[in-house]
Amino acid sequence: MSTDLVPLAFLMFAVTYPSRAIGLLNPAIDRLPRRALEYLQLVGPAVLAALAAVNVMVATVDGRSVFVVGLPWVSVVACIAIVKWRRSLFLGLIVAVGIAVAGRALGLP
Amino acid sequence: MSLIAFGGAAQFAAVGYVASGLAWPAIGLLTFLLNARHVLYSAALAPWFRGRSVAERALAAHLVTDESFALAIAHFRRLGRFDAIGYWYPAIVTTLIPWNVATFAGVALGDAIVEPSRFGIDVIFPAAMAGLAVGLVSGRRELVAALAGAAIGVAVSLVISPTIGIIAGGVLGPIVGLAVHASGAAPDVQGADLPNLQDVNP
Repeated sequence: MSTDLVPLAFLMFAVTYPSRAIGLLNPAIDRLPRRALEYLQLVGPAVLAALAAVNVMVATVDGRSVFVVGLPWVSVVACIAIVKWRRSLFLGLIVAVGIAVAGRALGLP
Repeated sequence: MSLIAFGGAAQFAAVGYVASGLAWPAIGLLTFLLNARHVLYSAALAPWFRGRSVAERALAAHLVTDESFALAIAHFRRLGRFDAIGYWYPAIVTTLIPWNVATFAGVALGDAIVEPSRFGIDVIFPAAMAGLAVGLVSGRRELVAALAGAAIGVAVSLVISPTIGIIAGGVLGPIVGLAVHASGAAPDVQGADLPNLQDVNP
């Protein structure tokens, strides 16, 4: 096993840790007004939804971002429905993966 | 790398950058941009960590990921206060350890899985993110923020880049959410989603 990339791991730590720590270690966060706290409560749903949507709807082809429609949409929508209905992320993921496997076995993109 | 950087998507991307021969300073810059959404996570978690020691906050910061953030913040909001196990359990037991075990498994067995998409592995991440987002939607504002974040994220991704799109969705989605009235809940119920400062202060 090569250790050539260990310095790269430290570089990645150096560039990722500050973004994780800036909020948690900033004393000014204690004096945020209520409106700012309300904003921060909405960050989670917005970022996670953006991550999911961009992951299934956008692909990079030859360096350009393109809109894509495919089987992952069905998997993600099914997962959302099951989490909403049964309150079980695990079950939602099982169904999402099952749809993807079955769909691809049928030749769907 | 999984222990030192613990960067999730940034690690995936770094493999691609290295394979494409990108210079390390450029890798550092792209990794910083890809992980910039953690500024939002960190800021959103901070009010719940009020009163905790600097050392605990510093260590907690190292373990902030999409998954640990979503699980912990949902737990805090349910309780209305900080709960140490509610952070460290999802951060370590359900994220850090499985991530590193899976990384070793991938190194050992990765070549045997010729086409991961055949096994649906590629849908796990977006499905998990969407499912975690659903868990955080407790009212009209959260729903609008999520929908706006997704729409803005996709639109900006198509025009600029997916990395910038995700950040734009995370920054602008909540602003759209704040523009709508909170759902039918009474004001005190709405306030229950905010950190209870009396409980989190020492």
